Formats: sequence, C-alpha cells, structure tokens
Amino acid sequence: MCLGIPGKVVSISPGENQAVIESFGIQNKVNIFLVEEEVKIGDYLVVHAGYAIGKVNLQEAQERLKLWEEILVAE
Amino acid sequence: MLNNFQDPGMSRQILQKLIPLAEKVARHLGRPAVLMEVCGTHTMAISRSGLKNMLAGYLELKSGPGCPVCVTDQKDIDKIIILARQPDVVVATFGDMVRVPGTNSSLERERANNAQVGIFYSPAEAVTFAARHPQKEVVFLGVGFETTIPAIALSVTAAKNQGLENYSIFSVHKLVPPVMKVLLGDPELRIDGLILPGHVCTITGRKTFDFIAAEFNIAAVIAGFELVDIVEAIYLLLKQVLNGRAETVNGYTRLVQEEGNIKAKNIMSEYFEPVDALWRGFGMVPQSGLGLRKVYSFYDAAIRFPVEAPESLPPKGCACGDVLKGKITPQGCPLFAKVCTPLQPVGPCMVSSEGACAAYYYE
Ligand code: SF4
Repeated sequence: MCLGIPGKVVSISPGENQAVIESFGIQNKVNIFLVEEEVKIGDYLVVHAGYAIGKVNLQEAQERLKLWEEILVAE
Repeated sequence: MLNNFQDPGMSRQILQKLIPLAEKVARHLGRPAVLMEVCGTHTMAISRSGLKNMLAGYLELKSGPGCPVCVTDQKDIDKIIILARQPDVVVATFGDMVRVPGTNSSLERERANNAQVGIFYSPAEAVTFAARHPQKEVVFLGVGFETTIPAIALSVTAAKNQGLENYSIFSVHKLVPPVMKVLLGDPELRIDGLILPGHVCTITGRKTFDFIAAEFNIAAVIAGFELVDIVEAIYLLLKQVLNGRAETVNGYTRLVQEEGNIKAKNIMSEYFEPVDALWRGFGMVPQSGLGLRKVYSFYDAAIRFPVEAPESLPPKGCACGDVLKGKITPQGCPLFAKVCTPLQPVGPCMVSSEGACAAYYYE
C-alpha cells in the first residue's frame, strides 16, 4: 500500500490537481491535492494510495546527510 | 542527492558505529536493548535488509501493531465477507485484504463463488469504477492508518461532486496514537525505544507523538524508509537510551513537520470522527478508529448495508494478536512456517506483505 519511495514530478495539470511522477523509470498519475506547498516539475513527492502526501524537502535531506557524515566521524 | 539515502556503503558505515554503541547500551542495561517498529513498511524494510541478524545479540528488534490489515479484527473481516455476498454489492479493496481468512471464508473464496470483489490501488479508482457501473453498489473497504484515511476522505468528495449514489465506505480505519498508549501501558511489554512510522507522522506531525516521552518516558525516533534512515533511527535511539533521555526525535525531517500535513488532517476531520474500534489482539480501544460523521452517513456502508456477524474466534492456533502486541516474535507461534506460510496463510500477519509473519518468513 505504501511504498515510501519518492517519485520525481515530470508533468503537472494544476487545474485537476494531477501530476505525473516517475520512479525507477515508471510513470504514474498522482493526485496532488493534499500537498500543501506548490508542486513544481523536478520536485519529489511521496505517494500513498494514489495521493501525494508530502513533498520531499531537499534542503532537509541535505542536512540529514551532513548529520550522518558527523555520526561517522564522531568517535 | 536522494540516491545517497540508498547508499549501502553509508548504511554499512553507520552500522559499524552502531554495533559498539549497542554493546555499550547492553552493558548499561544489563541486557540487549529492545526496540520496536510500528509500521508495516519498516517491518518489510528491516527484514529485507537482514538487519535483525546483523544486530542479533547486540540488540533486539520487534514489530508492533503497524500493519493495518493485520490489526483488523476478525469480526470486521467476517462482516466484510458477509457484505461481499449481498447482491449487486462490489467490495472494492486494496489487494492485501483479499486473502485474509475470516472465520469461515475469505474475500478470495467469496470471489470464486461469484461475489464481486475489485482490487484497487487507490480509492479514486474505485470512484471511477462506481461512476461507470451505476447499477452496482461499490463499497470501499477503508482499511488503513492516518496515511491512508485522507485519500479515502477525498474519494467521498469525488463521489459527492459527481453525484454518485452507489459509492460508500466500510470504515475500519485505525489511529496509531491511541493503540500506542495501550501498548506502552502494558506492564509486560519491555521496550527501550520506538521507531515511529514516517508516513503516519507526515500526516499527524511530530508533536502528536510527544506523549511517548511525556507519559511513558520512552525514547522515540521518526524514521524514513531507506536502510540508512532505519539504521540512523536505531543509532539515535541507542544514544537516547545510553544518555537516559526520552524524546520524540524527528529523523525524517525531509517529510515530517511539527504539525504534520494540516490540509490532510482537515480533510480527515471534515468527513470522519473518532469512534471506539476493535483491534486484533487488543480488543476494543476507545476512540482509536475513525467513522464517517453523521452528515455523511449516506456514504457509510455500515448504515446502508447493515450486516451482523456472529461472535468470532481468531483462526485456531494463530498468535497474530500476540505478535501485534510485541509479546512474541512470529517464530514464537507454533504454526509459523510449518502450517502457516504465505501460500497457505492461517492468519492475517502471514497474508499481508506488511505483516510481521510474512516479513519473517521471507527473511
Ligand atoms: S505464523 Fe501464521 S498462525 Fe502464527 S501468528 Fe503468524 S499468521 Fe498467525
């Protein structure tokens, strides 16, 4: 039911709250009504049962990677 | 950049840091730390990764009530099966429900006996199906946690906007926080930390889970679904245990916010209200489900097609209830892998791909 893999937005039809996302080369239509922020091409969305439930915050993702780097150098 | 989250080298490196830390915690506690995940997708990811074996002896990983299909009560499954037998009713469902054994049958068996059962990836598809088949009554099985419920609420909006009179919801939705309170209040359960479900938290927000520390003094980390996310969550939990801290830490900041997805929360509460709900293994948990509000009772299958099921017992010998409560691991069930396998499942925990028994079986 819940894949947890973010898909990359390749096209948007804003009037209909629809977007097409791609993950692992497969394209799927998803409903973007629930996403609070503006959805743009190139964004990553997490989808559940045909509905995007959130947009991946890439800046936070970057921060996370930095944190791991820190964990790795910590003794 | 998101590919870095799938980097096996990264998780391996963190894992190398993890083992000495887990050893330290085990010395500190006088036993290996026990961590529990409460999300079927985590259960699957953990068993696919082989993490449990890598960490065996250093720390124990348990599964909790994180699989929505598995926690659906036997009586509700029986009702759904009776519903499928009604003439003109098409039961529309996510795939995992079809093979779950009820007391005497399953949707799969009913389908072989000409009941109409449609499998849909999204409730939106079920609405489209209802629009195309006005002579049928399409009943969507609302099985799921906070992550799924907004999508089901929106399917009611879609049916309403299209003026459909043949679409309704059989709601056995479940809410995660109330059952966690029951779980954590169980004096027999000894856990040191919780890996919280990232996508449930995407909807509810981090703050909703502050009660874990405040009421139960247990460490918790919200985790994403890549191996690195899970390994990191374990690392952060062990740090908390070692330092005697208990906080609900957000390890999935790329998706989870303090307040969650407010739009999704509003949609949920527009259509649904908290109701007492039956959980497999837990029994009745007050205000732990969501039923349609009275003003939307037209879309409530329980009102439109009232069915009753006789008192039911879980499948003979099946210990799903104890697995869901974290009392035993699937191997602790005498039927596991002997009588009960994914091809011949005895209980729902072996049917659902998110179920702990299925996950352990494939491990
Ligand atoms: S192994 Fe099968 S019978 Fe045993 S608890 Fe799991 S689902 Fe039930």
